[in-house]
Amino acid sequence: MLEMKSRWAPYWQAAPLAIVFLIFFVLPLLVTVAVSFWTYTGYSIEPAFVGDNYATAFDKCFSSLPELCTTFRTYLSTLKFCLMVWLITLVLGFTIAYFLVFEVKSNNARLILALITTIPFWTSNVIRMISWIPLLGRNGLVNQSLMSAGIIAEPIDWLLYSDFSVVLALVHLNTVFMIVPILNSMSRIDKSLVEAAYDTGASGWQTLWNVIIPLSKTGIAIGSIFVITVVMGDFISIGIMGGQQIASAGKVIEAQINALQFPIAAANAVVLLVIVLMIIWTLLRFVDIRKEL
Amino acid sequence: MDDKNNTKGGISRRTLLKGSAITAGFLGTTAVTGFPAVHADEPITLRYLSTATNQSPAIAAKAKEVTGINIEYVTVTTDDVTKRIITQPDSFDLVDTEYFALRNLIPSGNFQAIDANKVKLVDKLATAITKGEIDGKKIGDQGTAPHKVLYLEKQRGKEFAKEQTEWITLIPTTYNADTLGIRPDLIKRPIESWSELLNPEFKGKASILNIPSIGIMDAAMVNEAMGVVKYGDKGNMTKEEIDKTIATLIEAKKAGQFRAFWSDFNESVNLMASGETVVQSMWSPAVTAVRLKGIPCTFQPLKEGYRAWASGFGLPRTLKGKKLDAAYEFINWFLDGWAGAHLNRQGYYAAVLDTAQQSMEPYEWAFWMEGKPAEKDILGPDGGLLEKAGTVRDGGSYNTRMGAVACWNSIMDENAYMIQKWNEFIAA
Repeated sequence: MLEMKSRWAPYWQAAPLAIVFLIFFVLPLLVTVAVSFWTYTGYSIEPAFVGDNYATAFDKCFSSLPELCTTFRTYLSTLKFCLMVWLITLVLGFTIAYFLVFEVKSNNARLILALITTIPFWTSNVIRMISWIPLLGRNGLVNQSLMSAGIIAEPIDWLLYSDFSVVLALVHLNTVFMIVPILNSMSRIDKSLVEAAYDTGASGWQTLWNVIIPLSKTGIAIGSIFVITVVMGDFISIGIMGGQQIASAGKVIEAQINALQFPIAAANAVVLLVIVLMIIWTLLRFVDIRKEL
Repeated sequence: MDDKNNTKGGISRRTLLKGSAITAGFLGTTAVTGFPAVHADEPITLRYLSTATNQSPAIAAKAKEVTGINIEYVTVTTDDVTKRIITQPDSFDLVDTEYFALRNLIPSGNFQAIDANKVKLVDKLATAITKGEIDGKKIGDQGTAPHKVLYLEKQRGKEFAKEQTEWITLIPTTYNADTLGIRPDLIKRPIESWSELLNPEFKGKASILNIPSIGIMDAAMVNEAMGVVKYGDKGNMTKEEIDKTIATLIEAKKAGQFRAFWSDFNESVNLMASGETVVQSMWSPAVTAVRLKGIPCTFQPLKEGYRAWASGFGLPRTLKGKKLDAAYEFINWFLDGWAGAHLNRQGYYAAVLDTAQQSMEPYEWAFWMEGKPAEKDILGPDGGLLEKAGTVRDGGSYNTRMGAVACWNSIMDENAYMIQKWNEFIAA
């Protein structure tokens, strides 16, 4: 009896989370996939099994090549932001994590500094986004200081509502997702390994490249998954910082939902999901997270 | 987007009335006749679904005071109002929504028509809404003009009636004529046409609103003014007309004409107040908000006319019993003048003009509705100085403004195609 209990115990323990996942994640996802094959009118959706919504999502995409259709251009733009933000947050996140683990000696200082990296999350997304206007706007702080210092004569327009401001906001938001997992992997690196590398005559760069980076790979992979999934699905930051002039996959879906075109929005959501899953699958080919954890 | 929040209608601040529905009922019978304190024993709460622009804690507080009915505001965006009615028709007791949405809402069967016999002032409703005319003169009719969708064949019908019936889809609450907002201090010359939105002179300083069903109408006004597209009906474009309209927008976007697009009221205020834009699609209360900051902003009348909209009360299919009675009572109170005056003072127009006039000071009425210079300082809803004595309302009188309506917000037959093209514009 006792044996039975202990054999089933892990399942019982996992059950609450599994049920939550099932009801709030798996089920809605299945519904989304199902609805993406339905038909719709302005006020209703009808069960069916048609590929029309996918056809609309990729309307003229293949016939008009090499000219890019709206969908391809939207995803290309989103991928571009994704790549840029990923690279920048990776370099920043890695550097900051390295500093916290190897340069800061006191545990308390490390804890406080790590908490400081979460500052961007202390206010709501909307307020944070609006606050960029007085800073980067045409009459904002940056432009005013540059002009009064005599560096520029006319305000710089590309500081706000541009690719630059989108990347800036996304980096500002997402760096912490890179820092935390890398910090976690790095802090578990046995310091004697670094000392051994040093003793055997490895230069600083060699130690970094051959010891620290390989041992932080799990953290980098997890951080990358966070950043990539967040940026691929983001439409609020891209919307506000891009002055809504920059398309994103999420924005397309939102516009369709607002127009009550649920099935076609669902189809686009499925396409987005497939693309993100493909990226993550590729990432996981490089790092086996389970093995390294 | 997390812009949903439920607001209790300002009652808690009125400590005088707190926990004393009897007082409320008593005040009601003494202050205004015709509203017996039927709810004195058991206050009824109505969940009032609409956008933020249609809600005001002052109206809820006054309604509570006079009728004893609690108004609980449910605040969502324009598109979400429609979405809620379609997907969660039981989540509200009263909705204030735009007439253009009716083409989707009525076929869904989620509404019950309002019984005209229970609405006291039904014959006094503004003719701009009920007949599409002012003082017997026809006004612009393109798009979903309210009079086209005002009546149903039967109470639970799904067909709009061509003639007046006793089944009303929405009892009008507010309506207005929208145009471009400009910063006269930064433009420094007269603006007279919608075509100025795409004038290269304002490169990088223009904005259009990114709510497709409304933005496309502004775009149509611009295209028509530029002479690029001739429309059969701007409010119901053909695919070809949509293509041409969007093509002009894409060309302008690629040339860097737009600084940003906006999709909510506050964004439009921020863009204009910060000087990021000098000419853009705008709504009346947003212009007021910019001006209350002490920044010059004009709701510029244009020679091609206005794009109008109208909003009204609808009842969900399932509402019945005491709540249904309370909804009718609230609607009757709403039309009785106090609320109308409150809305008129924000630059909107009230559904029943006579009663609103009785609730306004003569100088207020003269400024807001007759287009006369203000005799005294005009104060905003928050008590701040809105207009100094001597100024004239942008666009002039009610008859001039509403008389110059060119088209109404609408849902087109080709709506799905339009959304697809609009997304193309955003992605361009």
